[in-house]
Amino acid sequence: MSFWHRFARNRGALLGVFILTFFILLALLAPFLYPDSPWRMVQRPFLAPGEVEGFPLGTDAMGRDVAAGLAHGAWVSLLVGLISTLAAMLIGVPLGALAGYFGGRVDDVLMRFTEFFQTIPNFALAIVLVAILQPSITTIILAIAIVSWPPVARLVRGEFLSLKQREYVEAARLVGQGHVAIIVRQILPNALSPVIVLASLMIATAILLESALSFMGLGDPDLMSWGYMIGAARTVMRQAWWLSVIPGVAILLTVLALNLVGDGLDDALNPQLARQR
Amino acid sequence: MKNPIASLGLGGLLLTLLSLSPGASGSSASSDGDGAQPHSGGEVNIAIQPEPPSLMLPLVQNNPVQLIGGNIFESLLRYSTDLEPMPQLAKSWEIGDDGLTYTFHLYDNVVWHDGEPFSAEDVVFSVGFMTEVEPQARETMSHVERIETPDANTVVFHLKQPYPAFIMAFEVGSMPMVPKHIYEGTDYHNNPANAHPIGTGPFEFERWDRGSVIVLSKNEDYYQEGLPYLDTLYWHVIPDAASRAAAYENGTLDVLPAGSVENFDLERLADLPGSCITNQGSEMFNPFAMLWLNNREGPMSDVRFRKAVMYALDRQFANDVLWNGLGRIPAGPFSSKLPEHDDSIEAYPHDPEQARALLDEMGYNGEQIRLLPLPYGETWARWSEAVRQNLEDAGINVTTEATDVAGWNQAISQWDYDIAFTYLYQYSDPSIGISRTYNSDNIARGSPWNNVEGYRNERVDELFAAAAVEADPEARQQLYSEVQQILHEEVPLAWLLEMPQPVIHGCDVHNLITTGIGISDGFKNAWIESGD
Repeated sequence: MSFWHRFARNRGALLGVFILTFFILLALLAPFLYPDSPWRMVQRPFLAPGEVEGFPLGTDAMGRDVAAGLAHGAWVSLLVGLISTLAAMLIGVPLGALAGYFGGRVDDVLMRFTEFFQTIPNFALAIVLVAILQPSITTIILAIAIVSWPPVARLVRGEFLSLKQREYVEAARLVGQGHVAIIVRQILPNALSPVIVLASLMIATAILLESALSFMGLGDPDLMSWGYMIGAARTVMRQAWWLSVIPGVAILLTVLALNLVGDGLDDALNPQLARQR
Repeated sequence: MKNPIASLGLGGLLLTLLSLSPGASGSSASSDGDGAQPHSGGEVNIAIQPEPPSLMLPLVQNNPVQLIGGNIFESLLRYSTDLEPMPQLAKSWEIGDDGLTYTFHLYDNVVWHDGEPFSAEDVVFSVGFMTEVEPQARETMSHVERIETPDANTVVFHLKQPYPAFIMAFEVGSMPMVPKHIYEGTDYHNNPANAHPIGTGPFEFERWDRGSVIVLSKNEDYYQEGLPYLDTLYWHVIPDAASRAAAYENGTLDVLPAGSVENFDLERLADLPGSCITNQGSEMFNPFAMLWLNNREGPMSDVRFRKAVMYALDRQFANDVLWNGLGRIPAGPFSSKLPEHDDSIEAYPHDPEQARALLDEMGYNGEQIRLLPLPYGETWARWSEAVRQNLEDAGINVTTEATDVAGWNQAISQWDYDIAFTYLYQYSDPSIGISRTYNSDNIARGSPWNNVEGYRNERVDELFAAAAVEADPEARQQLYSEVQQILHEEVPLAWLLEMPQPVIHGCDVHNLITTGIGISDGFKNAWIESGD
């Protein structure tokens, strides 16, 4: 059975892909659908959704188009999610691979280092980092990457610990392949499937982290993000509930979609496990 | 694009709302229009935010200290909402024809809260006390040559030269009376009486449950017959704006002083049944919002750029949307509430095209300009977003710098900014509240409250100096008019808004605001309807 077939057997995963595609398209098309800055004050403040034609989601406290904010916010959220996850991978995968492959001293040192980060609560550390580094899109991505790589390192280490005993690794060693070649060419490709599943869930977590930071006023002040929209609408919840609810639903759907896709990937990449369920 | 806000008139909507609330205008004057008679008794619950560090107003003058302390302490005078002096501890006063002697006649039956009589000696002591602990009082009193006390109820100030603003110096926050018999010869800051402040005011300190409530009770021996009306004042410490709004809604609080709730919530709260809103009581402090433009460097050193900023700003929008239309757009550096304000000066209109033309003319190359918001909550955050959009619409490239209060203080006092939000009190006289912003001898790194924009103009320095000590009102006005014209033309900074200080209160609280410093002047004249 092909990868796609196994993936498609999971209905939820298909739904996830569908929702995710929608938001990705929204993010990519935002500059064309809403060429003006989403910060631009274009109508009377506090228009309810649909109250005035051309503003399907209404306007916020400053008369800015919520739909434009949502589209441009999708770009920010997905971008932060994707890049910070990639960055976390770049830290976590090499560390985990080295620790698992070499074991012994190397493993001890690297894992103590990883635990050091794991013992600090994620969000608290992210807040501290962003506050010290000054909020901007770069520092936010950096902070999220720094707080989210430890699980990657541990997962990769575990995979390496078990895979390095396999015969094909022994064989590679016998034919004289170096450590680097064995790690990169033999073990890593076989360890990737759980990492990919983890990555899809990490994107979701990163989006939540970015939203939480923006909600607290630690977002990039020049970028319209979903978390910012909710944070700014918090004080006017009583007058205009939709201002918080619309971006809130967007975050909910995106995170849900990523989780569903993650499940689907898990099924597709680990057929044995999937069948046992 | 023109702004639809102005035409749709959110401000108008609010005005209707204001005029519908009976207490909105009525509560300002001592004569309530509704014909209700004051009566004694009752209690009032007020929000206090943040919890004051102390109630010893002569030593600590933060806003919350002043709000509560104005009930306990008094000065010689009060000032009406038109900034005319009114009697307080001084029942009458005379100013010599030469402008050099100020004679105050005190009420003769005044006692301190501990029962000791108040006398002219206390006034002399208080002036010494305040000049020792407070820089602004030191500045005002530097014009005084000597003080005489011909009898126990008369004080005469002899000035070195005429200083017309002197009569404005006796506001309770600037010159509160301090009991000589308690503080003389002691270490002021460590006097045990600081924990239980003794004043002459209409209310006495009763108790303070930290983090919860501060209770003041009626001064039964108050020297003005029949006053105060209220028995008890409860000041509730509630740290969250939304909770304060809720407490007002459910009737726990009767009064929300300015700044207690987010501006976005004002309209909803004012619209509740039996709820009144008033914008009076800010005349004396005159908070004035502006943008520092760092005149020293980059495009901001070019007057054409600074003018372009003025043209780019849509100040009407900010006033309508962020301040509920309650503020006023300033034409130039002087608040329109000041008598010295020159009416012939016209405000820069919102005109992005003009701004673009000026930027083209000076050859602005698209350099990134840093914008530093004021980290004082949602209203200011939204305002900086609006200003950034205004500037970008005019073709100025802006990046916002995220900041906190400490970072804001640091950046401004070290001149490490391009454009920065601030607001300053203009007080009642230009020599007290305005010249400090433009005088070149007030350029000193390290303070966020002086001439931090680095503006230098010798003529302006001369005019301010001459006007401060000019006794002839007409000559003085001429000097101030010239200053305003020069500043208006050179735009050392961008004038944003004469900020409103909206107070929300139950309409059953009457005579809440009777003077130019509003609630900070205490609840001396306030009374509450006994509805139940």
